[in-house]
Amino acid sequence: MEYTDTYEGQRVSDAKSWITKYVFCQDHKVIAIQYSCVAMFTGIVGVILSILMRLQLGYPDVFGITAAEYYQHTTMHGMIMVIYLLTALFLGGFGNYLIPLMLGARDMAFPFVNMLSVHFFTLSVIILMGSYIVPGGPTGAGWTLYPPQVLLPGTPGYDWGIIMMILSVAVFIIAFTMGGLNYVTTVLQSRTRGMTLMRMPLVIWCIFLATVIGLLAFPALLVAGVMLLLDRVVGSSFFMPDVFQAGQHVTNVFGTEYEGGSPLLFQHLFWFFGHPEVYIVALPAFGVISELISCHARKNIFGYRMMVWALVAITAVSFIVWAHHLFVAGMNPVLGFFFATTTLIIAIPTAIKVYNWVLTLWKGDIHMTVPMLYAVGFILTFLIGGLGGLFLGNVGTDIELSDTYFVVGHFHVVMGISPVLAMCGGIHHWYPKVTGKMMNDTLGKWHFWGTFAGAYLIYIPMHYLGLAGVLRRFYDIRGLNYIPESVSDLNVFMTLTAIVVGAIQFLFLINIIWSYFKGKKADSNPWRATTLEWQTQETPPGHGNWPDKLPVVYRWPYDYSVPGAESDFIPQNVPDQSLEEPTHD
Amino acid sequence: MLVTLIFLLFTIAVVAFHFYALEQGFWFPVLASNWALMDLTTKITLAVSAVVFIVISVFVCYCIFRFRRREGHSADHEPENSKENSKLEGWLTIFTTVGVIALLSPGLMVYRDFINPPADAIKAEVLGEQWTWSYRFPGNDGIYGRTNPKFFSLDNSFGLDPSDPASQDDVLVNTNTVHFPINQPVDIQLRSKDVLHDFYIPQFRAKIDMVPGQVTKLWFEPTLEGEYEIVCAEYCGIAHYNMRGVAIVNSVPDFQFWLDQQQTFGEFQQQAASSSGGVTDKDGELIARTKGCIACHSIDGKPGIGPSWKGIAGEDRVLVGGGSMIANDLYLKRSITNPNDEVVLGYAPMMPPYPLSEEELDAIVEYINSLGE
Repeated sequence: MEYTDTYEGQRVSDAKSWITKYVFCQDHKVIAIQYSCVAMFTGIVGVILSILMRLQLGYPDVFGITAAEYYQHTTMHGMIMVIYLLTALFLGGFGNYLIPLMLGARDMAFPFVNMLSVHFFTLSVIILMGSYIVPGGPTGAGWTLYPPQVLLPGTPGYDWGIIMMILSVAVFIIAFTMGGLNYVTTVLQSRTRGMTLMRMPLVIWCIFLATVIGLLAFPALLVAGVMLLLDRVVGSSFFMPDVFQAGQHVTNVFGTEYEGGSPLLFQHLFWFFGHPEVYIVALPAFGVISELISCHARKNIFGYRMMVWALVAITAVSFIVWAHHLFVAGMNPVLGFFFATTTLIIAIPTAIKVYNWVLTLWKGDIHMTVPMLYAVGFILTFLIGGLGGLFLGNVGTDIELSDTYFVVGHFHVVMGISPVLAMCGGIHHWYPKVTGKMMNDTLGKWHFWGTFAGAYLIYIPMHYLGLAGVLRRFYDIRGLNYIPESVSDLNVFMTLTAIVVGAIQFLFLINIIWSYFKGKKADSNPWRATTLEWQTQETPPGHGNWPDKLPVVYRWPYDYSVPGAESDFIPQNVPDQSLEEPTHD
Repeated sequence: MLVTLIFLLFTIAVVAFHFYALEQGFWFPVLASNWALMDLTTKITLAVSAVVFIVISVFVCYCIFRFRRREGHSADHEPENSKENSKLEGWLTIFTTVGVIALLSPGLMVYRDFINPPADAIKAEVLGEQWTWSYRFPGNDGIYGRTNPKFFSLDNSFGLDPSDPASQDDVLVNTNTVHFPINQPVDIQLRSKDVLHDFYIPQFRAKIDMVPGQVTKLWFEPTLEGEYEIVCAEYCGIAHYNMRGVAIVNSVPDFQFWLDQQQTFGEFQQQAASSSGGVTDKDGELIARTKGCIACHSIDGKPGIGPSWKGIAGEDRVLVGGGSMIANDLYLKRSITNPNDEVVLGYAPMMPPYPLSEEELDAIVEYINSLGE
């Protein structure tokens, strides 16, 4: 195992001009901020789209939103939030910032490629937004883009919008692959002396495994996208069967009929990516929570080893559960038994992680700081979302709940609420290191409680709408007698709440901006945390992170409240008094 | 402390909401089929989830209160691999695994039943298309006629192979309304003409996608007479939410009476061949329903994806891009065969062209005219 002494001489980019310092910068910290800003911008667009959708659902026909527009909003909202906000911010933002700092490295293994990745990401966002200016507008097929409807008249954006979407996603995947190779290499090769794998903070484990998942899963999406693009542009029939629409057999761009393709093939390819994707989002969120809970409760994470094994198990099993998205899709029925079993199996390591977070709080010394609030909020909301997954993963119960608002409620809680709480908690926690200022706690608390309350008020009732059989992707549910009248009142309530919660998100953005200029000055380690990023000499850290020698690691990252120690935390780079050389645990 | 109380309050609110929901009817629709076990499994899962949610939430609230930061109090330090930790982890894992198996078992049992229709089931087929439903029964021979997407045409809307003798007695139901006999299992095969759809009657619980190019299967046994709404449960384009049908559950004699009134494929073919048979003006409404026009065009003035037909005949229509046209018969026919040439202001050019026969166009236009001022 090579130690990073040999990397002491690593050339750190010596940026001088404005362009090389802020635009084409190779410093992982700048790239992380760029990723985060672009991702948050797309997130704002995503929130606006969700409000437009809720306006139609709460007040049908009042706001002049047409059915075509409504379906375009749902599609863009979904794709933006999952890929361009959550994946980009957790991996591109948190991953880029934390990996080198927490591992004691000067930068990523491939700084130039790292810089390229954020520019490709930005390009993918530009292409995506370009959907709004092509004839027909963005695709309105749902973020899942199922053929054959995605390529046929009757679905918005079936001609040009879908091309823009596929191109945007393909460019994103290129960006992700560049970043992914960087992260995997850096974690495996650039750890500082004494930083064994089992001394890495859990957030690094989580981001590392999420990246591994992504490198193996995104190719399935790329392939599906390329094949779909070929069906559209060169008239192939990968996914297009013989379609008889409005009185005639549908022809491709060359005038010949589509035939022989399998819509189910697309679904398998998409979900082979799509399910691991949710773990790409969830794992970094888990990691952030582990760091927040241990630091703010001054207690080592309960069962670190089990946490790592649970992560590895989740990573592996996440690849064999995908067809729980196809239980009623018309695949071979026998597959239902297998995928229901694997899906409920993955609940076990996930539950263990929840138990371990809670057991970390047990007998802790809990400082109810803003990051701790977000962490507790995460545990409670993730509990709800995870339990909802038990209904949907079990094929017998999924049949009646599939395509209802139960599904929509479930994925919004596990993908939207919990990871966003983790994200905001993480930003609040690491902001002093990134900027040298503390974020405002009052704004933080208002934002937390507003978001947390909103989550419960909107999504608990939404699950019940699903039990009542209210279907998703319905522009208008009026006229359906099996739905009780009171549902329309509930929809109004959910819309009004969503508007308030949407507005409250701006408190968080205001906090980020305000604190940069007016925030209380922070020292290098305001939370008194043990991990390496807090032990830098400069805050914010300069290029190369450690001005002279790289830190040496002597212990795991969770030496909080060690009996007999002088203070309630011992940083990783503090040697054991009785030993000179780092021990290898 | 205040924070603990607020978190506890939210936990209580969730439980309270459950009872409010029951009272307001945000709960399963009345069960009208044999799939009670599906509901039971869901309810068991809900009960288990409720217990887990309450226990862990309350425990978290307890922890953040009991172990809050205060003078003289510090955290425990649990060294890695302590005996107590491993034991606790072990028990928690076992406990969770048992819970998972307990939930999975009824679910898999239901599913095994779901994919095994009873031998004594009657057969029915559901055919979906943008944006309406049609149905087929295999007729007296009990055998479905062979179908192939190649055979789909305006005269053969079920895609039946005319050379297959088994097709002749297939009963074809060209409207969106179907009947089922009570207390008789129905083994349904499903096809789609164009895109993905999903046949779902909420009160019956079962659903399955319909995939063009494939045949999927579903079965249920209706247990309550009545009229039920059929909805599409897989996004299928802009009128997905309006792709609605009706399933009527009758007594066995009433069902048989209805079935006997329907036409067979053989009869349709004879009608098409004979010169006296033809499309009458009454058929305009039938064609509109069969072809799915009413998914986008209402007949009562209600706004939809497309303009309502009520009162438009002979009216001045303002078009996208300026100008206007009187909605005379020729205009109406053009709107069907070349819909995106003249789009009414306020609507999107989303309608696919329908190359109907001259008689069918006449019939629909006659029907629109009859919808008056």
